[in-house]
Amino acid sequence: MPRPDPEAVAEAVFAALAEPTRRSILSALAARGPMTATGLADVLPISRQAITKHLELLAAAGLVLAEPGERRRIRYRVNAAPMAIAQSYLAALARDWDSKLARLQRSLDAPAAQPEAAAPRLLSRQEGDGQ
Amino acid sequence: MPIPDRIERTIDLAQPPQRVWEALTSAEGLGGWFGDRATVDLRPGGTAYVEWDGEDFKATLTIVVVEPPTRFAWTWGIQGLPAADPRRTYVEFTLAPSGGGTRLTVVESGFAQLPDELLGTAYHGNVEGWRKELAELADYLHAAA
Repeated sequence: MPRPDPEAVAEAVFAALAEPTRRSILSALAARGPMTATGLADVLPISRQAITKHLELLAAAGLVLAEPGERRRIRYRVNAAPMAIAQSYLAALARDWDSKLARLQRSLDAPAAQPEAAAPRLLSRQEGDGQ
Repeated sequence: MPIPDRIERTIDLAQPPQRVWEALTSAEGLGGWFGDRATVDLRPGGTAYVEWDGEDFKATLTIVVVEPPTRFAWTWGIQGLPAADPRRTYVEFTLAPSGGGTRLTVVESGFAQLPDELLGTAYHGNVEGWRKELAELADYLHAAA
């Protein structure tokens, strides 16, 4: 099995999200849970045929998974894994080392101006969120 | 659209490596410039916690390298991913004496890691195929209009 290319995955996610109809399909599936094309057509102002076509695209890109079932009753659900790749792309953009290093430089240049630095050191050691 | 797997910055600081090392590795330091509060168990395998005012998450840094005053490294989670996600990025600081000051380099890598679910599964993220499908869709919608 060839290793999927993260760039291709991210591209598929952003291409999917760039189109309003596919965004509304993904939003509906995220908000309401797995649905059939017919179910989606009931809640979205889009024809069932167009929805089916978009669902095929989304499934080919790995963004939705088709649950097993007979043809008209296939339910689709959001597949989070490709989203996580797009998310790590966004995280890289948001890491913001420039601001952090500027803060480091400022704090080193003005060491006397930190009277409170030693005070709030008591943190409970809750295991948490890995940030 | 390349995912930047590796972020690298270099900054020249006026202070000597020992001072910079303190700022990078102490609770007062990390809680001053990096976050707003921190605790640090400074040893390989130790954990540092960093908090920010107004944020309800706490960063959990797993310290990997402690070589005073030249090398300090940790791993931490990717923001926005679930806490249970095993992917972590690796952050390494290198301190080199430079004149009377310090040349500090920070490298963070690992953003382009793939989630386990995508490895060894039948994932069809084929960009060429996707483009073809999009063109097909455009034709389809055109004809339907």
